[in-house]
Amino acid sequence: MKNKFSARRLEESLFKALMIACALIVFGSLLMIIGTIFTRGIGSMNIDMVTKTPEGGYYLGKEGGVLNAIIGSFILTIAAAGLALLISLPVVLYINVYAGKGSRFAVIIRMSLDFLWGIPSIVYGAFGFTIMICFGITASLLGGIITVALFILPIMSRAMDEVISMVPRELMEASYSLGATKYETAFRVITLQALPGIVSAVLIAFGRGIGDAASVLFTAGFSDRIPLSLLQPAATLPLAIFFQLGTPFPEVQERAYASAFILTVLILIISITARLLTSRYKKNIVQ
Amino acid sequence: MFFVSACCALLVLFMALGLFIKAWPILAIKPITNILFSDIWRPLKGQFGMLPFITGTLWVTGIAIIIAVPISLLTAIYLSEYAPKRLREFLKPFIDLLAGIPSVIYGVWGILIIVPLVKNHIAPLFDSVSSGYSVLTAGIVLSIMIFPVIIHITVEVFQAVPRELREASLALGATRWQTVKHVLLRKALAGIVAANILGLSRAFGETMAVLMVAGNVVQTPSSVFDAGYPLPALIANNYGEMLSIPLYDSALMMAALVLFAVVIFFNVVSRYVLHRISLRIN
Amino acid sequence: MDGKSLLQVRDLNVSYGTTPALKGITVEIPDKKITAIIGPSGCGKSTLLRALNRLLEDGDDVSISGKVLVGNDDIYDARNDVTQIRKKMGLLSQQPYPLPMSIFDNVAYGPRIHGLKSRKMMEDTVRHYLTITGLWDEVKDRIHEPAARLSIGQQQRLCLARGLAVEPEIILADEPTSALDPKSSQKIEAEFKKLKDRYTIIIVTHILRQARRLADYVAFMYLGELIEHGPAEQIFNHPQHEMTREYIQGVIS
Repeated sequence: MKNKFSARRLEESLFKALMIACALIVFGSLLMIIGTIFTRGIGSMNIDMVTKTPEGGYYLGKEGGVLNAIIGSFILTIAAAGLALLISLPVVLYINVYAGKGSRFAVIIRMSLDFLWGIPSIVYGAFGFTIMICFGITASLLGGIITVALFILPIMSRAMDEVISMVPRELMEASYSLGATKYETAFRVITLQALPGIVSAVLIAFGRGIGDAASVLFTAGFSDRIPLSLLQPAATLPLAIFFQLGTPFPEVQERAYASAFILTVLILIISITARLLTSRYKKNIVQ
Repeated sequence: MFFVSACCALLVLFMALGLFIKAWPILAIKPITNILFSDIWRPLKGQFGMLPFITGTLWVTGIAIIIAVPISLLTAIYLSEYAPKRLREFLKPFIDLLAGIPSVIYGVWGILIIVPLVKNHIAPLFDSVSSGYSVLTAGIVLSIMIFPVIIHITVEVFQAVPRELREASLALGATRWQTVKHVLLRKALAGIVAANILGLSRAFGETMAVLMVAGNVVQTPSSVFDAGYPLPALIANNYGEMLSIPLYDSALMMAALVLFAVVIFFNVVSRYVLHRISLRIN
Repeated sequence: MDGKSLLQVRDLNVSYGTTPALKGITVEIPDKKITAIIGPSGCGKSTLLRALNRLLEDGDDVSISGKVLVGNDDIYDARNDVTQIRKKMGLLSQQPYPLPMSIFDNVAYGPRIHGLKSRKMMEDTVRHYLTITGLWDEVKDRIHEPAARLSIGQQQRLCLARGLAVEPEIILADEPTSALDPKSSQKIEAEFKKLKDRYTIIIVTHILRQARRLADYVAFMYLGELIEHGPAEQIFNHPQHEMTREYIQGVIS
């Protein structure tokens, strides 16, 4: 009995040590990734990176920066996030306000969104390209916007659904009892109440969109110039990193690290803002 | 609003249909087994055997899941059962942060850290020579990418297990680990499996990071230190460029369709399990 | 009360964050009797029960001070092994929570984790405790089926058997009949009456009639304070405190 007892104490400590080791691996990897990108990236950063577009021979190591990709990424992703918002807000409001709890239709929509969420971005890229061929669009800003919008649609909708479904039912009922229609309730009362959560959902989706390379690989194309129309190809930051790293020149690879640093900082700012918004929001509704 | 919502639900079908139509030219003239299980990939001669890519994907995903499952599971148990609430709430955002890092950044990190690690340290340990760009490297990078997916869902599954069930075991004098081992893991088994399948499907379709570190040599890897060429990397590397070769684009669409089908299958299975669990909770 | 009883609570304070839940509880629980803790919901009855078993420290933001003595050991003394203390007390919760395993394994769980290996002895143990709780005849033919297939009343008796199988000296029951139908409740109450010869039983209940039926000793709590405690006859018939009287007459609830 005494022996057995100490054996289980030993097992307890062994597994606890293993768990802590695993947790350290997980959180250590995160720190290590950010640390690596920061140390390598800051070393290669210079002001030209964010103020200049590639000049002649940039990919051989000559002058220039990745302003084209930064601007391209922003234009593309802002437009895509806007487009996705136009679709996902009505959808999420519909399944929460109109369809009501436990409705079959709402379950099907949520399931579909879950499936869409799981589809790899490269498949979105291939699908987006198919659509573009159908409409005779070549690799361009427009093609990228449509594809990224589709790709981030499930991410945005799910994040939004999570906050909107937390809006208390009593609030809706209070609104109805004041004589408001479902439409007014959905777009005035609920949207307003869940606004920080909606903004955060848009930011999360924006972060995923701006960081994804596979979906824009053959839909947005790549260009050293800042795009001036929807039908011109647009450079994006993840692809800029990928292409620069693929060159055999160390100077250009250094710029890939600097670009990776820029992208990581952007992502961190977006994620942290999104998180702050939701945590504030959660505090408000707990009461 | 109803219309938009319905379109959203139908998008999955649209995608399946679109991919299928584009993949049809090759499916019409070649038996599907010939495409999936032949290892001769010579697009210029019209031979599109995808076996090297499929095995490449299986290697990479297999390695990723072997590394990720125990680490994520133990981390999830730690976060849910051992860590004080404050620590848990403090650490959770970092999991989401890990999930939010773009795959191209994982790729850069893989090239900077894991590639040299495999080349200079791990491969020599096993008396092997490796360029560092290998299925093992891709597997390691992928495993880190799917940590957050698995951990996040597993923690949620654990939190859904009633506190009283843990107390029942503890009150009998069980240690915490005994409670985890005999009660929690048993109760949460279905959910844990579902979480890992979701992680698996994430790894299956992951493109950029794998593309950057797997080596991309058309061959069936025979060791973890060999280069591989997973399906997503095949699509990413060739699409849009090789459209002049007959049937090439159709073959790539076929690859995308395979990815799509496998991922959807995994998702259906795991979502069904998770859905049932949440029903039981309510 | 004279002599020294097995379970003693001395100046126990518990608070969740900054909200106090128990304020200076001091009470001796008489051995081999049924003690009922009564009081309106939210008065800290369940908190007190959990504190006796040191299950509270598993929650977060809980601060605990004071002593709970089992024999001569303070269960809050860090040197004491919590699993050994918990082994001395069986816990029966509001709703039955059978472990996700067979009927047999539910009862065998406790003895097994405490090192019982012999198959024969295990079978005897399981049979013994299922018999005590009156379940044996009902389940002997399907003893290896999942426990979740039992009716809820049977599940609660299974949980009782499971708790008894680790040979505790004290049984803690937190409103053990609140989820049961009248028939099953009756069975559980009958069990308690049988068991009190051998065990010290503490039952939290908000059903006054149940306390009247079962209790030898009663403690009345209100808003985290122990207002009054004493023999059941005295509390029910001659309460000393105004609040106890009002609660028993149903003025406050």
